[in-house]
This record gives sequence, C-alpha cells and structure tokens, in this order.
Amino acid sequence: MNSTQPAYVQHHFVDAEQQRESSKLGMWIFLLTEVLTFGGLFAAYAVFRAWYPDMFINAHKALDVTMGSINTVVLITSSVTIALAIRSLQIGKAIAAQRYLILTLLLAATFLVIKYFEYSHKFHVGQLPGHFYTYEGIEGTNPHVFFGIYFAMTGLHGLHVIIGMGVITWMLIRTAKGEFSPEYYTPVEMTGLFWHLVDLVWIYLFPLFYLIG
Amino acid sequence: MSEHSQHGHVTPLKTYLGVGAALLFLTVVTVAVSLVDLGGFNVVVALLVATVKGSLVVLFFMHLLHDNRIYLAVFLGSLIFLAILIIFTMFDTMTRDEMTPLAELVVEQVKLMV
Repeated sequence: MNSTQPAYVQHHFVDAEQQRESSKLGMWIFLLTEVLTFGGLFAAYAVFRAWYPDMFINAHKALDVTMGSINTVVLITSSVTIALAIRSLQIGKAIAAQRYLILTLLLAATFLVIKYFEYSHKFHVGQLPGHFYTYEGIEGTNPHVFFGIYFAMTGLHGLHVIIGMGVITWMLIRTAKGEFSPEYYTPVEMTGLFWHLVDLVWIYLFPLFYLIG
Repeated sequence: MSEHSQHGHVTPLKTYLGVGAALLFLTVVTVAVSLVDLGGFNVVVALLVATVKGSLVVLFFMHLLHDNRIYLAVFLGSLIFLAILIIFTMFDTMTRDEMTPLAELVVEQVKLMV
C-alpha cells in the first residue's frame, strides 16, 4: 500500500518520481502523435505547393502579413508566460503562477480575436476552402486548394488554441485552490508542454503561409 | 542564482526572457528576409529560421536540454518519421510524369480499348 506517499501520488505508482516520469513520457508520446498529425497536413501542403507553385505565391498575398506577425509575437510571448507560470510553482510562488496563467489566457484570446478578423474577411470575399470558394481575384490553377489547406491547418491549430485555453483555465482554478507546490506541479508542466507545441506548429505555419514568394 | 526544486533543475528567469527575446528577434529576421527575393532559397531560409526558433522552444521552454534523454529521443523520433513521410510522398508525386516503357505500353493499350 502507498499510505506513506503524499496524496497526489496515485495508487498505481511506487513514488512521486515514478509518477512524474510516467506523466512526462506519456505527454511526449502524445506530442509525437501531434507532430505526426500536423505533419500529415504539412505533407499535403508540400504536395499541393509542388503541384501549383505559382498559384500558391499568388494566393498567399491574400493573407495579411501584419496580422500574422502580430499573432506570432502573441504566441511566442504566451509561451514565455506559461513557462514563467510553471517556474513560479517550482519556487513556491502560487500567486505569481496564477498571474502568469491569466496572462497566457489573455494572449491566447488575442490570437483568436486576430484569427477571427482574418477568417471573417475571407468569408466575406469568398476565399473559402474547397468547393465553397467563389473569389475571382487570384490567378493560377485551383486557388481553392490554397484556401483549403490554409483553413484546414490554421483551423486545426486554432482548435488546439481553444482546447489549450480550456486546459490552462482548469490549471488556473487548481492553482488557485492550492493544489500545487514545488513538490507537485506536473499537470501544469504537462499543460505547458502542450502549449509550447501549439506555439511550435505556428512557428512553421507562419512563414509557410504568410511569407512565401 | 540557480534554484533547485524537488524536481531538479529550475530554469533561471534570465534564460526564459533571453530565449523569448531571441525568438522575437528571429521573427523579425524571418519577416525581413521574406521581403528580399532569394528565389528558391527563400523557402530554405524560412524553414531554417523556423527550425532554430523551434529548437529554442523545445530545448528551453519544453526543458529538453536538462531533462532525461528519453524525452528527447521520443521527440526526435517523431521528426524522423515525419521526415520519412514528407520525403517519400514527394519522391512519389515529383516523379509521376515519368512512365517506364512498360507502363507506357499498358496505357496505350488501355486507351485503345476504352
């Protein structure tokens, strides 16, 4: 029986260290699946771009580089704030951790607001994915292909931002309740890993969609 | 100035802020380079800068520089298999216009039949 272990150690683990290492390994394996999921879409991007190189260059001009750049800055800063939140828990500063988690949420929300403006403009002019596409102003074969892959990738990424916000909010509540300490902050650390992956995907999405040609 | 929690290494504040500043600087570099016409090299440079940024995020923010090497192995494994996926898919699609003589014969025959 594990009656000598702290309460946060679940019964099927020998001790806190084993639980911590198992959690981390599990999270990294999940991140492996995330890399391959987004990677599959990046492979589709590579194929479509190889098939229609000129169309891609023409179509990407429809994207606003300023908004994309701001979103990049926003996500990078949010990675800093969530790293600082976890660091705060490591050194026993739960109030600072809550503040950093709130900052992370605000930055994530900013990202989504900017994406909303980008998406709504595209909906307005008919730059929609696949067979919903009606915009006339882009030269080249099959411009709907560019927007198909754009919405698929930024859409899946945006979904990850929303899910990430939900999990970060949950961590914020648990931190406020005093559930974490320098000895135990693993759930927040795992949340941080997920959030950094979201940032990592965007680091590749941004140049490949906004800055080509 | 390095502190230790029960978990071991705590990254210094300066490191997090320094890496964040480097990432923002590299973002400026990426945008600036994209405004210069380097032909085919634009994609290469963009991906290289993105990879440097990604490495900073993975090594420092995701703590892989100081963690057990197994996590780094898992992450590198994902990149290796992703590389195989993309490279072999591109091998396929980039060579589709070339038909072997036998394939050409078959296509001719099928056209005659249809």
